[in-house]
Amino acid sequence: MTARGSIIYLEDVTVNYDGFKALDRLNFFMDRRELRVVIGPNGAGKTTLLDVISGSVKPESGRVIFGHSTDLLPLRENQIAQLGVGRKFQTPSVFVNLTVRDNVELSLRRASKGVLAALRRRDLDEERARIARTLESVQLAGKAGWPAGALSHGEKQWLEIGMVIAQDPELLLVDEPVAGMTDEETARTGELLETIAADRSVLVIEHDMEFVRQIARQVTVLHQGTVLCEGPVEQVQSDPRVLEVYLGRRREATDAVG
Amino acid sequence: MPRRETVALGIAAVGLAVVLPVCNALPAGSPLAVSNFTLNLFGKFLTYAILALGLDLLWGYAGVLSLGHGVFFGLGAYAMGMHLMLEIGAKSVYQSALPDFMVWNQVKALPLFWRPFHSVPFTLAAIVLVPALFGLAFGYLAFRSRIRGVYFAIITQALALSAWLVFNRNEMKLGGTNGLADFKTIFGYPLNQPGTQRALYVVTALTLVAAYALCRWITLTRAGKVLVAIRDSETRVLFSGYSPAAYKLFVFVVSAALAGVAGALYAPQVGIITPAKIGVLPSIEMVVWVAAGGRGTLYGAVIGAFGVNWIQSWLTTSYPDLWLLFLGGLFMGAVLFFPDGIVGALGRLAARARRLTGGPTDRARLDAALLSPAAPGPARPPGSEP
Amino acid sequence: MRPRFLVLLSLVAWLAAPAAGHATPAAAPPPDIARALAALAGEDADKREAAVAVLGRTRDPKWLRFLAALREGSVYSRTRGGKTEIVVGGSKSTRGDQDVIEIAAAYDRAPLGAVPLAALKEVPADRRLRLAVKPFLDADETRAQLADPDPAVRRGAAVKLGNQAEAGAVAMVEEALFKEPDRWARHALAEALALIRLAHGAPDVRVGAARALGELHSASAVPALQRLAADAAASPAEREAAVLAIRRIERWGLLTAAVETGFQGASLASILLLMALGLAIVFGLMGVINMAHGELMALGAYATFVVQNWFRAAWPAWFDAYFLVALPVSFLVAGAVGLGLERGVIRFLYGRPLETLLLTWGASLIIQQGLRLWFGAANVDVSAPAWLSGGVPVMAGLTLPYNRVFIIALAAVSVAATYWLLFRTSAGLRIRAVTQNRAMSACLGVRAGVVDATTFAFGAGLAGLAGCALTQIGNVGPSLGQNYIVDSFMVVVTGGVGKLAGTILAAAGLGGLTKGIEPALGAVFGKVAILVGVILFLQRRPAGLFAARGRNAEA
Repeated sequence: MTARGSIIYLEDVTVNYDGFKALDRLNFFMDRRELRVVIGPNGAGKTTLLDVISGSVKPESGRVIFGHSTDLLPLRENQIAQLGVGRKFQTPSVFVNLTVRDNVELSLRRASKGVLAALRRRDLDEERARIARTLESVQLAGKAGWPAGALSHGEKQWLEIGMVIAQDPELLLVDEPVAGMTDEETARTGELLETIAADRSVLVIEHDMEFVRQIARQVTVLHQGTVLCEGPVEQVQSDPRVLEVYLGRRREATDAVG
Repeated sequence: MPRRETVALGIAAVGLAVVLPVCNALPAGSPLAVSNFTLNLFGKFLTYAILALGLDLLWGYAGVLSLGHGVFFGLGAYAMGMHLMLEIGAKSVYQSALPDFMVWNQVKALPLFWRPFHSVPFTLAAIVLVPALFGLAFGYLAFRSRIRGVYFAIITQALALSAWLVFNRNEMKLGGTNGLADFKTIFGYPLNQPGTQRALYVVTALTLVAAYALCRWITLTRAGKVLVAIRDSETRVLFSGYSPAAYKLFVFVVSAALAGVAGALYAPQVGIITPAKIGVLPSIEMVVWVAAGGRGTLYGAVIGAFGVNWIQSWLTTSYPDLWLLFLGGLFMGAVLFFPDGIVGALGRLAARARRLTGGPTDRARLDAALLSPAAPGPARPPGSEP
Repeated sequence: MRPRFLVLLSLVAWLAAPAAGHATPAAAPPPDIARALAALAGEDADKREAAVAVLGRTRDPKWLRFLAALREGSVYSRTRGGKTEIVVGGSKSTRGDQDVIEIAAAYDRAPLGAVPLAALKEVPADRRLRLAVKPFLDADETRAQLADPDPAVRRGAAVKLGNQAEAGAVAMVEEALFKEPDRWARHALAEALALIRLAHGAPDVRVGAARALGELHSASAVPALQRLAADAAASPAEREAAVLAIRRIERWGLLTAAVETGFQGASLASILLLMALGLAIVFGLMGVINMAHGELMALGAYATFVVQNWFRAAWPAWFDAYFLVALPVSFLVAGAVGLGLERGVIRFLYGRPLETLLLTWGASLIIQQGLRLWFGAANVDVSAPAWLSGGVPVMAGLTLPYNRVFIIALAAVSVAATYWLLFRTSAGLRIRAVTQNRAMSACLGVRAGVVDATTFAFGAGLAGLAGCALTQIGNVGPSLGQNYIVDSFMVVVTGGVGKLAGTILAAAGLGGLTKGIEPALGAVFGKVAILVGVILFLQRRPAGLFAARGRNAEA
């Protein structure tokens, strides 16, 4: 723990899907300005963890505290997003019938995202500038007028990242950002995430260990809804429990993880 | 508003609100004369177009399919009808201050909820507010609990059925199956005079223009983009910090109010409002106007409301047995072959013609895609693929 | 004591009369009969009425048949050899320029040849005479019914006797009660006996009768008991017994009402379930709300109608079996149309549920109008097979109609068959696989198109089955589907997708709730209350009772 304090803090969180405990008395904690990667085998509860933080799943028990003391449990997804939690989905989720620029414009952080505010039509110059900057940063400025549905898969992923950046979140939740990307795209996405993490907290779920090594400083391993171990990449990679979980007893396949 | 559309809207407005009534005022023998019957028929279609605009905003933009808009139409029409019934006063068949159907049903005193409808300002407010508030209450419950898609459509259909059942009951004191009819005057002007009907027509046409401008304004604001975004990915909207429920509720209430206004203009022009106008079938017919005209374009909804009803009034007089077959075929055809309606089909045809003549094709295709966001094709949300 | 004495007398007369009737040959009727016949031909109305009574009391079927002829005005008198003879006229014809009529003997109908009509004098059957004849014929009919092999007919006769409460019927009822093997017919006879005693007995007999009626929970006795309880001339014991009996009957009435409501709820739930089952399977599998489901039910109902007419024309003797044939036929007809719909149009629209909804609505309009053009706009008549009319008595004052019991059974069988199909067959395994993960199933070699088509056809077939069942409880017309469809949608929405248990629970809940609140609110406002209830329920569970949860829930 640092003097800057935590950005997100989960205590004893349990999520129960009809008898299947997706999260089982999970304790999880992240510092401000930290880039954390969460790994774990299928069904370990990684996506559920993001669901709980972003509000789309309400746990059966436990506490979820954002920032200094904001309790997230009674809040809806949009309220949590307005507080400063952005989420990037695994499959690209953009507004295919709107232009690329409109996608970013809608995501832009605003004091109010209510209906009446949205009926006041014009954006401020400062807001236009922010939209343009965001489009630059995800390298889509040239396609600002395109319908988002016409973008390639990788471009849609970046657009969504751009949209989340435009939200200017304090905490960014990213679910498998490089799934289905080419090596080059993966590398650029990694750089992008590191840039973002310079002034905000980022929580990434990832399978691709190559990519994890590229970006991660701290790694958390989830297994059966609880934290199995936590630490720097190298330490986690050599932890026997992690190997056990990932590979069973087949030590010879160590390469797949490390 | 795009300039081309402003010009088109202006021309249509002048044609509907000025030229037609003027032609109607011409002596019957003149070659340009428009009969009272035709003008009245057009007036009815215009009220349907007002309703279709709201429905298009709701379905074509936000992707929320309501199968219960007949209810809001009926609420507006009944609010106006109640005032018109009270205006008849002692000129009725039974020379009672009570409406005739109450005399038949042995109602001795005017029910409390009828009394405010003596007042013109109250009636005018009720025309908008009753459907809007009812829509607000219903929509709040539905959207808050995230009832959407097919579930929402079915719930609204059940609403239409329930409302129809309730309005048919005599103890509601709304005329039962026979509804409200035999209106004599509106705000003091006799309804059987062509002049009054012409004035009503002009008011309807102007209301349609205003409604169009209102809906277009909404679609051009950021709120309009949020509506399209909700149709594309409600989850993304939610995680972008917007409350989809609030936006859907807003557009639902707007469309309910427009439906109410349409109903209120319908009642005096057609001269009768019965529960048959608010049931399951009329409500879903309204959807097919929008579907056939082209969703998500606004003008498609207007064209659809006009076209379908024109065909209906022709078929039901000439080949009454065929009407339901045609309507059924229209539903299926509109969904299968013209998913973006007649407007979209014409647009594609025009784009093809332009390509043949070597016009600026890319630009045109992009335009078409943007103007009719409901068009299927590459621009479909992920996960919706079979 | 007088009424009892009279009863005894009449009993003696009944017992004695047939013996007399049978022993006497037609040629020489006993003197009282001969006198009566002579009186009939006479003019004195009092004597004619007395003569009818004499003939009627013989309880001889042949004399009763004679009385029936008398009532119809086909009895004549003729004078032969100075003596007046009574004969029964038969068919009339014209021979030459003369009207002639076949006649027969009054008692045994021995043919007496054809005589000129002019030679006969009609014995006039005026209103008074007809009224005098009626009770004897009715009593005879009732007696015949009491001996009928069908317990339901015997029960009906007993109920009639109880309602008439005529003192003269006691012996007949007691005799029948003694012989009656059927529990419910015995119950009705005991009730009839007590009702007669309550009406005609001495005070102590009436006390006993009132107590018996209380024990029998006789709802039809309440008016008579109330009269007795309020009768100032009655003894305190009688009044007290009447009050006690009323209280007892009313308490029982509450119980029967509760059971009946429960049964009606179960019956409605079964109907809803039959309708919603196919809808829910299709919705669960393909996310398609089939708006034409109601019209598929109508098709099933019309198929039943056609099968019925076919049987009536070709095998009238086997008419009652038509329904057994109609069940599979309606399933197949609706299933075939469903298959056509799915392959023809619906399959192009998977993944777009709202479009499918509109498409199927269009199909429903076309089917509906097609039925109207083919069969006419008016309702058609589907008659119940004999084995579905009537009902089974389960407790005093409550008879469950067979058609409703049948529908409950049919719903149970359909659900069981569906479960079996889905969970015990390889086709069911494929259906479940495609429901859960279409893409993955396709990768594993499941032909999703075939699964879609068969499932849709099966769901449509279930709709046809429901339509066939509905012919037994409601009108069959082109808009049959419209009347039920919204209700079945509500069941599907409330039940949620994915699990049949949700549909079953929702059908049971909505059916029970509807019948539970209908008495208080009426049918219309009951329906509105149900809608409000469903919306409020969806506040807590937006995806119905059994929603898909977990990682696949996001849609």
